[in-house]
Formats: sequence, structure tokens, C-alpha cells
Amino acid sequence: MAGEERNLIVKIDNVRKVYNTRNGEMVALNGVDLDIYENEFICVVGPSGCGKSTLLNIIAGLHEATSGAVYCKGKKVTGTGTERGVVFQQYALFPWLTVKKNVMFALEMKGIKGKQAEDEAMKYLAKVDLTKFADHYPKELSGGMKQRVAIARAYAANPEVLLMDEPFGALDAQTRTQLQTELLETWEKDRKTCFFITHDVEEAIILAQKVIIMSARPGRIKSIVNIDIPYPRNQETKMTPRFLELKNEIWSQVYQEYLEVRK
Amino acid sequence: MEQKKQSLASRIPPKVWLLISFAAAMLLWYILSVIPTTARAFPNVVVTIQGLMTMVERGVFWQDLSSSLISVVLGYVIGFIIALPMAILMAWYVPVRNIIEPWIQFIRNIPPLAYVPLIVICAGVGRRPQVIVITIACFLIMCVTIYQGVINVDETLIKAARVLGATDRDIFIRVITPATLPFILTAVRLGASVALTTLIAAESTGAIAGLGMRIRSLNNSFDSAPMLAYVIIIGIIGITVEKIIKFLERKLTGWQEKREI
Repeated sequence: MAGEERNLIVKIDNVRKVYNTRNGEMVALNGVDLDIYENEFICVVGPSGCGKSTLLNIIAGLHEATSGAVYCKGKKVTGTGTERGVVFQQYALFPWLTVKKNVMFALEMKGIKGKQAEDEAMKYLAKVDLTKFADHYPKELSGGMKQRVAIARAYAANPEVLLMDEPFGALDAQTRTQLQTELLETWEKDRKTCFFITHDVEEAIILAQKVIIMSARPGRIKSIVNIDIPYPRNQETKMTPRFLELKNEIWSQVYQEYLEVRK
Repeated sequence: MEQKKQSLASRIPPKVWLLISFAAAMLLWYILSVIPTTARAFPNVVVTIQGLMTMVERGVFWQDLSSSLISVVLGYVIGFIIALPMAILMAWYVPVRNIIEPWIQFIRNIPPLAYVPLIVICAGVGRRPQVIVITIACFLIMCVTIYQGVINVDETLIKAARVLGATDRDIFIRVITPATLPFILTAVRLGASVALTTLIAAESTGAIAGLGMRIRSLNNSFDSAPMLAYVIIIGIIGITVEKIIKFLERKLTGWQEKREI
């Protein structure tokens, strides 16, 4: 009954991932179950090596689960698909294409060509406020601008869910805050389903409706915290008592995992 | 003091520096042509040009030039045509790489002059062995360089293309090819340089004409003026080709973050 109101986009069903290393088997993920519903903003936090990136790669279809499966709108994921967009930490812009042509790449892969692709690309660049840089090459942009182009490109493919792998991790604190704010504003407008990985607890709380805390070795979901702070949120939200309370709660859980990893 | 010197040096435009460098070379040449011990090997500019003119009058110069250029261009082009697909095969198929790469590294370190006799035994004299020697040398350097380029294509770019719906064909044409282009152009440049430096070895195969062959034969008669002229001409050809390729590199791969190899 509830399923009728809330559209299930991604279902992660008992996913396990084992890597074969020189020192034998390494269990990166074990028994991960998670449902991602339409319009949801989910953040995943956890210590490095907890398998959060592996999980994202499995959802994206870039890696294969050792056992278990991921379903996207009821269909089993066997590879990449345009309904699952990815934003990488390292931007991954094509350096030989201008900003506009990078965005057009996404459109052309969907069969949109020529003038129409160009016009649409400009529309997506306007969203991230970069129309002035349409004809620049990536090397001429700052890190924050590059990531905005990458986000515009991911949006241009019009995926059902946006998978973001520590997208702001390589940026300086100020730029990171700015991009968080922009992403919040965009999401508040269009509510594009987001699965966002970060190691920054504050970032997770300011953005997400739900924060997933992962435990390390083997990576599994330790707990899920609902962020009951209403939108619209902004940077001032970080000063509210509820935010600080949640931050303490989540941070102490993550910290335990850090200690586990160090052992 | 240091700062003042620097600012003076940086105020001189590059073209003027080139002129200064050229003037210095001419001065050094002149000095060499008057010192008794070096004078025989380095006749002055006038004598050298006269030496070249006699070669032109004898009708051998244009023959030598065209013969060498034909060998170089043929060997170079064939070398490239083999190197490109081979480099891609090596990058994509581990068995091909594991078998071929050690050979390439092994042969690469042998001076071409050393294996010239073997090639002459197989291919006889004339144009064929010359082209084969240059082809081998160009192939080796270009294959290694392009291979490095293909294996160094940023994995995330391929992933990014894939999640946007790119097929294998799209990825090859629209990601791997442009990403490898800088390395291909570097290979083209290095290959050109190798083709010329292999010329002497290539034309020691009993060639009847050629810049390299002529230098060797003039060497026997200690006729240093035309010999020096020929040496300089090889240098001029080399630097011209390099400039042209560098110009192409700037035009085609200006998008790169960092360059110069």
C-alpha cells in the first residue's frame, strides 16, 4: 500500500562483495540491504575502507556484486545504465572537450544531436551558472567549477537516481560549502533522487533526509538516522541545536568505527 | 643583482635569443675554423658553402637529398603503420604485451648499425634494407610511446563515458582515441628524430646515394667542406620537421593540462 505512494527506485538486496587479495579474501561488503525511494536524498558516511564507494560502484553497475543483487525500478542491474548517473570525486571531465561539449556528450549518448544538444547543454550549464564558460576547456576551470560541470553533465543524462561518490571531497572548505548550498537549492527544487557518499558528517546532515552509517570490515549498514530538519536548509542550519544533536549522535557512531578500523 | 639580471634576460624576446644563439654558433664555428687542430674538420662558412656548391654542380646533391628523404619517409610511415595497431593490441591483450614488450625493449637498446649487416644479408643492397632499418627503429620508439599512452588512459574517463551510456565503440572513438592523441603525436615526433638519426646506419647498407652514404664516402677522402655541409643539412631537416610537428601538437592537443615530453 505504502509502495504506491513511494516509488521504489533502487533496491539493494543482500549484497556481498569479496575481493581476492594477496592476503586472501577481503570482504568489502556483507549483507547490505537498502531501499532508495524516488525523491529521496540519502547520504552514506563511514570510515575509509568501509566499502561505501564499492557499494556505489555496484549500484552504478561498474562493479559486480559477489552475491546478492541490485534492482533499479524492478530490473536487475547487470551493467551501467543511463538511469543511474554518477558524479565522481575526480570530476572525470573529458579534457579535450570544452565545457559545453562535455555536457553535450551526455545528450549525444541519448541520441540528441546538433543544435538541440547544444541548446539543452546551455540550459544545464545555466543551472550551475557556468554559461559564461561554455567554450572553455576544463584545464581553465577551478576544482569547484569542474565539479559543477560534472554535475551538469550528470543531470543532462536525466537519470532516475544520481550517485555521487564524495563529489566535494577534493575541494577546499569554502568551495565545498558553496557547492553544498547549490546542490541543496537544486534538490529542493527538483527533488532528484540522490545517493551521496561522503566522509564529512556535517555535509551528510545538511544535505540528506536519511544518513546511512556504515561499519568497517566487513562493510555493512550499522544504522540509519532520519534527519528531521525541515527543508529549505542552508548553512545557518548547521548552527541549530537539532543539527548539533544529530551531528553528535552520528559522529560518535562513526567514531566508534574509526576506532574499529585502527584496531 | 640576481633579480636585475633575470629581468634583463626575460625582457629579451625569444626570437632575439634565437638570433643570439645563432650568432654564438657562427662565432664558435669561426673560432674552430682558425684553430689549427680543428681547422681541417671545420672549414669556414664560405668554404663549406663552396663545398656544397660543388656537390650541387656534380649533380649528386639533389640525388642524395631525395634518396635520403624517400628512405626516411617510407621507413617512418611504415613504422608508424605497424606501431599504431601493435601498441593498441599490446595495451588491450595481456598475452600480446607479455610476448612482444621484452623483444621491443631488447632490440631498442641495440644500435641499428650493429644489425645492419644481418639485414643486408637478408634483403640485399639498395632501397629495401635502408627502409627496413629505418622502419625497425621508428617502429620500436613509436610502439613504446603509443602503448604508454593507451595504457595510461584515465580509467575514470572510461567509467564516466560508460555511465553516460557509451558503447565500447563510443569509448574507443570518443575517449581512448583523443586521450591517446598526445602520445601519438609525441611518438610521431620522436619517430621522426629517430628516422634521421638512423640514416647513417641505414645508408651503410651499400646505398648508391643519400646524405648518410655521401658523408661516409667523403669521409674516406677527408673532403671536410661538403661533409660538414651535409651534416648541417641533416640537422636543418631534423629541426624543421620537429617544429612542424610541435606546431601540430599545439593545434591538436592544446587542451592538455601539462605537456612537454
